[in-house]
Amino acid sequence: MRLRTLVWRELFERRNQLVTSFFAILLGITAIVAVKNITVFSEKAVARELDMLGANILVLPKSASVQDYYRADMQEEQFPEDYVDRLTMSDIQGLDNLSPKLSVPVTAGGREWTLTGILPKSEFQAKAMWQGAGIFTRPAEGCGVVADVPLLGNPETKARETLVRTRVIETLGDSEALVGADVAASLGTRQDDELILLGRTFSVIAILPQTGTVDDSRIFAHLHTVQQLAGKGEVINAIEIVGCCNEISAGLVQKINKLLPEAKVVTVKQIVDTQIRTNRMMSKLSMIFLVIIVLLGGASIANYMYANVFERRREIGTLMALGAGSSLILRMFLLKALLLGLVGGISGFILGTVLAVVLGPRIAQIPVLPMPMLMVWAIGLSVAIALAASYLPARRAARLDPSTTLQEV
Amino acid sequence: MLRLEAVSKNYHLRSRVVNALDDVSLDIPEGDWVSVVGPSGSGKSTLLLTLGGMLTPSSGRVMLDSDSLYDLTPDQRARLRRGKIGFLFQTFNLVPYLTAAENVQIPLYLAGLSDNDQATKAVVLLERVGLGDRTDHKPAELSVGQQQRVALARVLANDPSVILADEPTGNLDPETTGQIMGIIAEINAEGRTIVMVTHSPQYAGLAKRTLRLDAGRMYPDAEV
Repeated sequence: MRLRTLVWRELFERRNQLVTSFFAILLGITAIVAVKNITVFSEKAVARELDMLGANILVLPKSASVQDYYRADMQEEQFPEDYVDRLTMSDIQGLDNLSPKLSVPVTAGGREWTLTGILPKSEFQAKAMWQGAGIFTRPAEGCGVVADVPLLGNPETKARETLVRTRVIETLGDSEALVGADVAASLGTRQDDELILLGRTFSVIAILPQTGTVDDSRIFAHLHTVQQLAGKGEVINAIEIVGCCNEISAGLVQKINKLLPEAKVVTVKQIVDTQIRTNRMMSKLSMIFLVIIVLLGGASIANYMYANVFERRREIGTLMALGAGSSLILRMFLLKALLLGLVGGISGFILGTVLAVVLGPRIAQIPVLPMPMLMVWAIGLSVAIALAASYLPARRAARLDPSTTLQEV
Repeated sequence: MLRLEAVSKNYHLRSRVVNALDDVSLDIPEGDWVSVVGPSGSGKSTLLLTLGGMLTPSSGRVMLDSDSLYDLTPDQRARLRRGKIGFLFQTFNLVPYLTAAENVQIPLYLAGLSDNDQATKAVVLLERVGLGDRTDHKPAELSVGQQQRVALARVLANDPSVILADEPTGNLDPETTGQIMGIIAEINAEGRTIVMVTHSPQYAGLAKRTLRLDAGRMYPDAEV
C-alpha cells in the first residue's frame, strides 16, 4: 500500500466521474494544442507573407530620400560596404535579413537598364560564422524568420519572388545574373543565355516574374562584381533590412542609427504598421482561446474535485481516524489531480496534434507539422490547471472535521 | 490509562445550546473493557470521538497516558491515533475500492512499514480473524460479518493499546455477533483497553463495567 495505490484505485473505482473529468481536460488540452499548433504555423505563414512585402527599414546615404530609393536607388551618394559588416557583427536583435546593394546604369539592346549588385546570404553567414558572432548566429524566435516553414508551390518560384521583394538570395556566383521581366522581354533573354554588361559576360540563371515595379527593369548580379565593374570600390548605396517588427517597436531603428550615425535610417511605415497589427491580432486570438479554455477546464476540474471530496468525506474521516494527517489527505487529492493532468496533457497533445495536422491545411490553407515542444507546454499547462483547480477542494478535504464525517460514531 | 477530566462539549443548534457531554470525569485503566449505553442522542458518539482525539471538548482535559490530547496539534493527534488508538465502526468504514488485505495495510502504510512487511502482516491479521482465504476480496464481495472482521483486523494492525468501538455488532446477525464479540474479548484479554458503545444489554454485560450516558451526563450503571 502506498499513496499512489490509494489514488490509482480510487480513480478507477469511480469510472464515470473519471471519464467526465478526463474528457474535460482532454478536450481542453486538445483544443489548446490544435489551436496553438495551427496558430504557430499560421503566424509563420503570415510572417512569410509579411516578409514578402519587402524590407521595412532602409539605410540610405544622409542626403538621399526615400523617393530616390523608389526611383531605383540611383542616387549619386554612396557609403562604405563596411556598414554591412558593422550591422552583421553588432549585437542588435531583430535583424532578420540584410540586403546591401549598389545600383548602376547599364545599356543593353540600345536601352538603359539598372544593374543592381546584391550580396548572397551565404556570404553573410560565412563571415558571421568565421567570426563567431553576428546576426545569423543569434536565435530569432518570433521575428518572422521563416526558413523552417514549408512552402506551398514550387520552391524555385518562391525563391525568385523572395529575391524580387527582399533581395535575399542564398547563393549567387560572380558571373551569374538574374534578369527582370521587362529586361528579358525586351532583350529576348531566356534562362541559361549569356548577357554582356559593362564588358563582362554574365550567365542568366533565372528570369524573374513580373512585379509591375521598377524591379522589372533591373538585372541583379553579385555585389562585388558590380562594384568592380562600376570602378567605385567597396561601396553601396542602400541597405534594405527586414527587421523584426516587435524589435522595431522596441527601438531597432534608433539602435541602427546609433551604430551608423553617418547614414540615414528610415522605416517603411505602412509595412511595419501592417506587420505589427497582424502580429498583435494573432497573439490576441491565441490568448483569448487560452484564457477561455483554462477557465472552462479549470472550472470543470474544480467542480469534479469538490464533488469528489463531498462524496468521499466518510472515507477521509476514516483515514483520519486511522491516523492520516491533513498533509496526506491533501497529497492524495493533489496526486490525483497530477495524474489527471499528466494523462490529459499527453492525450490532449496527441489528439490536438492529429487534429491540427489534419484540419490545419483545410482551415488555414497551410501545411501544419507536429510540434514536439508543444508536448511539454501541453503537459505543463494541463498539470498546472488540474493542480490549481484542485488545490482548494483538496485543502477543504484536508481540513474536514472528522467528527462530522463519521456520523454514526 | 485514558482519563476524562471535567469534560464538557456544547453544540450550538440554532439559538439553543446542546450539552452533548456535561462535566464528565472518567478513569479507564489499561486493560479495562467499558461498555457505554444510553439512548440515542445521549452523547455516546461525542464521548467516543472525544476519547479518540477527533473532537475538541468545550472544556476539560482528555489524557491518554501522559499526553493531554487537545494540547497537541491535529497532526500530532493523528500520529498518536496511528500508534495507540483503533476505531471500530458500526458500518465498518472499509475503503470500498481496496481489497481486504489493502484495507488492513492502511494503518501499516501510515506507520511507515515497507510494502513487504505490510503485505505479510495483513495476511497474518486476516488469518487471525478467519479470512486468510479472502485477502483479495473487495468489501462488496464479502458478507457484512466478514467486512466487520476485516475492520477488526485493520484495528489490530498497529497493535493499539486502546480500541474505541461503536456498535460493532449493530449490523450483524446473532451468529456473526458472537464471533465478533469473541474476538473483542480475546483482544481485551491481551491487555488492550476497550471502550464499546452498544444498545444491547446482553453484550454490554460482557464488559468489565458499564457506564450509562443520558443527556450528556455519565452514570455508573449502579446509579441508573
